[in-house]
Amino acid sequence: MSFIVLLAVIALAVILYVVARTTLLGMTFRVALKAIASNKGRSFLSMLGIIIGVAAVIVMMAIGQGSKESVRKNISQMGTNIIMVRPGADMRGGVRQDPSSMQTLKIEDYEAIRNKASYIMYTSPEVSSSGQVIYGANNTNTSVYGESLEYMDIKQWQIEEGTCFTEQDVQSAAKVCLVGKTVVDELFPEGGDVIGKTIRFKSMPVRIVGVLKSKGYNSFGMDQDNLLIMPYTTVMKRLLAQTYFTSINCSALTEELTDQAIEELTAILRENHKLKDGADDDFTIHSQAEMMETMSSTMDSITLILVVAAAFSLLVAGIGIMNIMLVSVTERTKEIGLRMSVGARGIDISIQFLIESILISVTGGLLGILVGFGLCQIATGLLGLPTSIPGWSIILSFAVCTVIGILFGYIPAKKAANLDPIEAIRYE
Amino acid sequence: MTNQDKTNKKVVIELQNVRREFQVGDETVKALRGVSFKIYEGEFVTIQGTSGSGKSTLLNQLGCLDTPTSGEYLLDGVPVRMMSKNQRAKLRNRKIGFIFQNYNLLAKTTAVENVELPLMYNKKVKAKERRERAVKALIEVGLGDRLEHKSNQMSGGQMQRVAIARALVNDPTILLADEATGNLDTRTSFEMLVLFQKLYREGHTIIFVTHNPEIAQYSSRNIFLRDGQIKSDTYNDNILDAAAALAALPKPQD
Ligand SMILES: Nc1ncnc2c1ncn2[C@@H]1O[C@H](COP(=O)(O)OP(=O)(O)OP(=O)(O)O)[C@@H](O)[C@H]1O
Ligand SMILES: [Mg+2]
Repeated sequence: MSFIVLLAVIALAVILYVVARTTLLGMTFRVALKAIASNKGRSFLSMLGIIIGVAAVIVMMAIGQGSKESVRKNISQMGTNIIMVRPGADMRGGVRQDPSSMQTLKIEDYEAIRNKASYIMYTSPEVSSSGQVIYGANNTNTSVYGESLEYMDIKQWQIEEGTCFTEQDVQSAAKVCLVGKTVVDELFPEGGDVIGKTIRFKSMPVRIVGVLKSKGYNSFGMDQDNLLIMPYTTVMKRLLAQTYFTSINCSALTEELTDQAIEELTAILRENHKLKDGADDDFTIHSQAEMMETMSSTMDSITLILVVAAAFSLLVAGIGIMNIMLVSVTERTKEIGLRMSVGARGIDISIQFLIESILISVTGGLLGILVGFGLCQIATGLLGLPTSIPGWSIILSFAVCTVIGILFGYIPAKKAANLDPIEAIRYE
Repeated sequence: MTNQDKTNKKVVIELQNVRREFQVGDETVKALRGVSFKIYEGEFVTIQGTSGSGKSTLLNQLGCLDTPTSGEYLLDGVPVRMMSKNQRAKLRNRKIGFIFQNYNLLAKTTAVENVELPLMYNKKVKAKERRERAVKALIEVGLGDRLEHKSNQMSGGQMQRVAIARALVNDPTILLADEATGNLDTRTSFEMLVLFQKLYREGHTIIFVTHNPEIAQYSSRNIFLRDGQIKSDTYNDNILDAAAALAALPKPQD
């Protein structure tokens, strides 16, 4: 990528050189270049605003794009065909709900889904809790998920050591569990074999039958390995003494069939709950794909806000350029008068100043892109932020810089063009 | 040139009661107070007068750099007042060569680039031709060995000659010079006069402002200004030859 940019810069320089050597416009170009070069310090300072602005825009876009890509990757790793059923109506309105409405998902619903749903591959009811888990003198806070065996397939968990609990364990609500890596590290700091050890969760002893393979942190910074998984029957009967589920997780046959699967699930649950036509659902169904869309669009709006903020600095930079150009016009009044006296028209003069301001802003933009590239490397290398520079952001930066050059060069150029030749030439 | 010849010649420049006033604070400075004359194609006119008599102001009018407060200036029969800014710019670029009293060269710019300047604003002249013509003009004023010298590396006389070369480079039909030899030694002044006389013979119209009465003897017509008015306007029937005068000068010893 940086190689391509370098190549583009060289190509641009060669083209500019050839144009500068051969055409009238090129002559004007050379004059503008010379003006910039003869005042390097000042030109650089006026460029600085553009450099910072463009670099900021590029970095913001790159971080936005990079995070979005990494979130998408994370979510799709979790499985894009996952469907979650939650009790209660859609909460997005923020209306407080009757606590009883959170108890609508029952064992009958789970069985109905297993028996009737044709677009569903795996189903697992979920009851969750959180609290302290203890082994000997060590303890840690963790979450407990009561699940069926199929949960392992839905969330693509793998067993690193030991085995999963069995169907038999689910039937008998056996006090067995699978443990995440983090829990193992906290409870057994000196290592050793953990399979068969009995730990306590909320004073209930459970035997470890397997250790889950680590998934690490997700893109929201959450530790995915800090958990216990037990048979859902164990959590329901022995731990919480409740008869309803926190949620039911399913996976559609394929990602494409997610929508049909949701429709089917809705029909099954409505029938099961004996909801009349027109009555609202007393449950909510989300798909992972849908969540991913929501996430993406949230990230997009955050990125947009950041980019707009950075873009404002470009506006300020443009005003800086205009300021410098106005000074430059005043300083070179005599030169302008001289050029006019030998036949330069107003437009020739204004083009000269416009080119100068465009050159400043585009060169600044170019340097800004390079600086942006560098900052992205640093952000990724040192801070571990995911970055990805969208190709169009470079084209956009160029376009914006040219527009800024024209926009903010216009007033000074106009001022120069309107000078009276003899008055200008007498100017001291 | 006698009066008979004049009737056959074209009037290039015609001033009709031209006035130019400047507002300085509350005061009105009357630099030109009703100047009228006709200049015919191919004349070599010198304008003399004391300092502040309005010579430069007059020349600026003739060079289409400035416009009169009142009165009319006809260039080739067309009133300059009626022309657009761009038309006047084009005239300055193609028809008129102007040598400023204080040279007005581009700072930190080489002699060649200074001389190329008028051609830059002429789309018909391509880069290669532009340079060739600039070099030729510089050789003509005796600066063939100073092509790449920057304006701030040159003496007053050299800068003046660059200014002359710049005025000649677009091959103007009218040449306006404001003290074009004011900073030159006798020998170089005569060299420049030889050049102007050559252009005169080729048919260029030359208007030359000078303080030096001697120079007036080498032109065909002498106008005297006083307080912004024409005091006298005479034809010179005995034009001296600058080349002969140059040859008669003592050889420089080096
Ligand atoms: N832009 C101006 N503003 C105000 N007054 C001016 C301006 N230009 C010229 N004048 C005045 O007009 C008068 C004529 O000036 P001008 O420059 O034409 O004199 P000149 O004959 O060229 O003198 P010199 O021989 O010293 O060059 C002077 O009194 C001068 O002060
Ligand atoms: Mg003068």
